[in-house]
Amino acid sequence: MLVTGWIIVVAAIALLHSGALAAFLLAGFAVEAWGLVQVVRSHLIPHEEKP
Amino acid sequence: MTPLSEAAQALCFLFILLVPFAAAGLALINAGLGRSRNAAHMMLASLCVFATAALAFVIIGFAWHGYAGGRAHAFVLGGKPWDWIAAEPFFWRGLTLDGSPASLVALLGMMSAGLAAIIPLGSAADRWRLGAACASSAIFAGWTYPLFAHWVWGGGWLAQRGYVDAGGALTIQAAGGATALAVTWILGPRRGKYTADRQPQAIPGHNAVLILLGCFLTWFGWIGLDCAGAILYTGAEVGRTVMIAANATLAGASAMLCVAGITRIRFGKTDASLCTNGWVAGLVASSAGCAVIPPAAAMIVGLVAGALVIYAVEWLEVRLTIDDPGGSISVHLIGGIWGAVAAGWFARGGQWIAQLAGIATVFGLVLPLTYGLNWVLDRYYPMRVAKEGERQGLDLHELGAGAYPDFMTHNDDHLQR
Repeated sequence: MLVTGWIIVVAAIALLHSGALAAFLLAGFAVEAWGLVQVVRSHLIPHEEKP
Repeated sequence: MTPLSEAAQALCFLFILLVPFAAAGLALINAGLGRSRNAAHMMLASLCVFATAALAFVIIGFAWHGYAGGRAHAFVLGGKPWDWIAAEPFFWRGLTLDGSPASLVALLGMMSAGLAAIIPLGSAADRWRLGAACASSAIFAGWTYPLFAHWVWGGGWLAQRGYVDAGGALTIQAAGGATALAVTWILGPRRGKYTADRQPQAIPGHNAVLILLGCFLTWFGWIGLDCAGAILYTGAEVGRTVMIAANATLAGASAMLCVAGITRIRFGKTDASLCTNGWVAGLVASSAGCAVIPPAAAMIVGLVAGALVIYAVEWLEVRLTIDDPGGSISVHLIGGIWGAVAAGWFARGGQWIAQLAGIATVFGLVLPLTYGLNWVLDRYYPMRVAKEGERQGLDLHELGAGAYPDFMTHNDDHLQR
């Protein structure tokens, strides 16, 4: 999802202008943020310490 | 590239020579914030990592890094050229080291790759094997860093869209910070850092003098880094270096005083290690816009960076269970991101899109790439030291001698194992 969000941002910069550009930039960042949340959650230490 | 006068070339060369002081400062800070039984290991690892990164950059990294106006691969998308990777020969072949702008870019790139490679050592302190740290830094300086640096400084697609980052807030610091985050996730926390119910235990640094001396050295090195980067990558005139040095100092000073004030209010005492992290975060954050923002803005950038560091350190440790002894992720990744945002804010109009694209690239490409490469490395060459080695200390386990042979104290023996 991190990479997908980045591709959305880059594609928006390459192909779009003004209003649509801002919307797709935000969408790309939202996808990246969601990906980051997932990565962080997958690395939280469970209630037993990691070795 | 913009041609430079002989005086500008000489001055730029002198500024580049200051960059290793920043590396020495980070090494001292990381050593001081770690345990006493790992101090010599941290200093040697910093030197080895810098050396490996410098070699990897010269052998293959510069081929992808390149310089503005040099050979590169590009494609056309949406009617615009997208320069995505340089195409210079390996081993610096064809590059005349005569003080020309291209040769100065190559020298600064080598120093910057070494500096960025040291950043993950802070977050992986007390548990990262020396050989694995060197292998990881070779991958970073040979591929990840040069690719991103080409986009920003080598005439790549971010530079073509007006992205501003004179001193490397994203290019060096956030890229190094993202690698620090990836390595920390792969290694896991230090033994005894978290209890069974996920409560973090305080493992204080062992030498406040080393930490604070490191702080002074980073200041010195950062002025060189920012000034050299501004001259080479943004075409700043030589006279502007006065403002750049002032901006770096003001941002670091504001951030440190902000941290000192907040820790005084919150904890009743001023926290030396957090003050140091605040100082470096201010320097990091000022790097992006140091050549284009006024001194008053640099102070605001520093104040925000200082406040961010305090809460980021706590948030990462307590909420996200990320064990970062040197504060590298808070200082370099979060400080670097804020620096890129601030440069867009305080610099000039229409800067936002390019700055946001740079930030999106750190999280969307650099972080997954560096995580994937280090994960593969860890599969074939385990990065974490053995359980007994961590308990014994990396100095004795990997080097055979401690940093303080007269004082063999293991103060954390009471911690839960």
